Amino acid sequence: MIEINHLCKSFGTLEVLKDISLTVKTGEIYGLVGRSGAGKSTLLRCINGLENYDSGSLKIDGTEIRDLSKQEIRELRKGIGMIFQQFSLIERRSVYKNVALPMKCWKYDKDRIDKRVHELLELVDIADKINDRPSVLSGGQKQRVAIARALALDSNLLLCDEATSALDPKTTQSVLRLLRDINQKLGLTIIVVTHQMEVVREVCDTISILENGKIAASGTVKDIFLQKPPSLMTLLGKEDHRLASAGEMVSFLLPADRLNMIPMVANTFGADILSTNTSDYKGVPFTEVTVSIKDRSAAGKMKQILTQENLAWYAESEAC
Amino acid sequence: MERLSLQQYLMEVIWPAFLTTINVMTWTVLISTVIGFVLAVVMNVTKEDGLHPNRYVSQALDFLINLIRSFPFVILMVSLIPVTRFVTGSSIGVKAAIFPLCITMAPYMGRLIQSHMEQVSKETIEAAKSFGASTFQIIWHVIIVESIPGISSVICFATVAALNASTTAGMVGAGGLGNVAIRYGYNNFNDTIMYSTVAILVVLVQLIQFVGNTVYKKLK
Repeated sequence: MIEINHLCKSFGTLEVLKDISLTVKTGEIYGLVGRSGAGKSTLLRCINGLENYDSGSLKIDGTEIRDLSKQEIRELRKGIGMIFQQFSLIERRSVYKNVALPMKCWKYDKDRIDKRVHELLELVDIADKINDRPSVLSGGQKQRVAIARALALDSNLLLCDEATSALDPKTTQSVLRLLRDINQKLGLTIIVVTHQMEVVREVCDTISILENGKIAASGTVKDIFLQKPPSLMTLLGKEDHRLASAGEMVSFLLPADRLNMIPMVANTFGADILSTNTSDYKGVPFTEVTVSIKDRSAAGKMKQILTQENLAWYAESEAC
Repeated sequence: MERLSLQQYLMEVIWPAFLTTINVMTWTVLISTVIGFVLAVVMNVTKEDGLHPNRYVSQALDFLINLIRSFPFVILMVSLIPVTRFVTGSSIGVKAAIFPLCITMAPYMGRLIQSHMEQVSKETIEAAKSFGASTFQIIWHVIIVESIPGISSVICFATVAALNASTTAGMVGAGGLGNVAIRYGYNNFNDTIMYSTVAILVVLVQLIQFVGNTVYKKLK
């Protein structure tokens, strides 16, 4: 279990983390979500001591990270795997040697390394590339190798820093599926840092939304999407909504049993339905509906209704 | 003075000079690669965002390297004579040439090798840290491994530079092809000797570069 309490960190005069408190339970997949620069990667790096923090506390199974000596930090990192956006493989070494490296650094004997490498490559489903250099692999394959390497030392915690941001949507799906699999098979705790909604939707149990170094909202994925904190709306905000016709644009999220709202808003408020998009949020389907309303007062009334109905919405008005 | 026949020149003048040049060049490259490599590692580790930042070491090295690089080679060689004599036991001859050559080449190599080490991705180094690799292991298994092709191209570059500089070293009586070109060719008004020596140098440089490129491609 990871407990973070009132954690603060600054780079010079820039406060990157302000009073962060959260708890990650053993065996769950926890999402740190936010736009770039929100401080989520820095927070992730505090967990395995790649960054230090100025004040507050960060405990893994009761051990305060800041109190550890250099050697103890190295020991701690043995149990924490990490994967990155750019895969971070050693380009001049084969897949085998990349996965073997952590064990070599910890002086495992050759037979044990050999057995474990084969096991891991089997697990991430890339055993046929064992002697290839990373440069001939696709992005998804590279990330699989990186996952194998991160698990090499029998880690019980995996940190993912924008691990799918450099991948195409289909590959992202397959890597996410792998993460979910190993989470279930190995009981591994996973913390993912991401700005991609699909990552949250596909794998996270619990999330915290970070905005400017603060936690803007925290909770289970289902609750967050039902409770519609404004920070979620900021995250969901899509640039292309601006391009549609003049008037006010309103987007809202509907759970499956409230889809009757769509014809209602269309008829009552004269709203044009621009898009509907149903996605699976961790087993719960939500439909994101975007409508455009010319009449501003009608738009205002609709927002009131949405608020009363406890539905998440956000609006964007057009300048013209 | 009677002129030697071309064959005599080849066997008695150019061939020994060729061997001397190769000798001076090889030792210079070997020694300055080792020193340059150590300099590069220290610079890389102590730089501001390195594995063990140390402003004093980093700045001192920077100053020293720039200091040596600002000397024209001939002047450096002359001003090093007392040191050379102390280290090699003589101020003339092959050893006396190799010493100042190494002193001038090593900082260049250090800078060049460091610039290749600099290009190793920060994230890859972070990844190594994330599984608990020690500083030494990161240098050995990540930084050096990833910059080997770069280092090979630096060695190739240095070999050509050492070949050039070794001709100047003829000044301290080390002999070599450059010396032959000047003494037997230029000073003796013998264009054949002068240009044939140059031709040998041209072929040598082309050969070194070819080998260097091939090795680089193999390692990449």
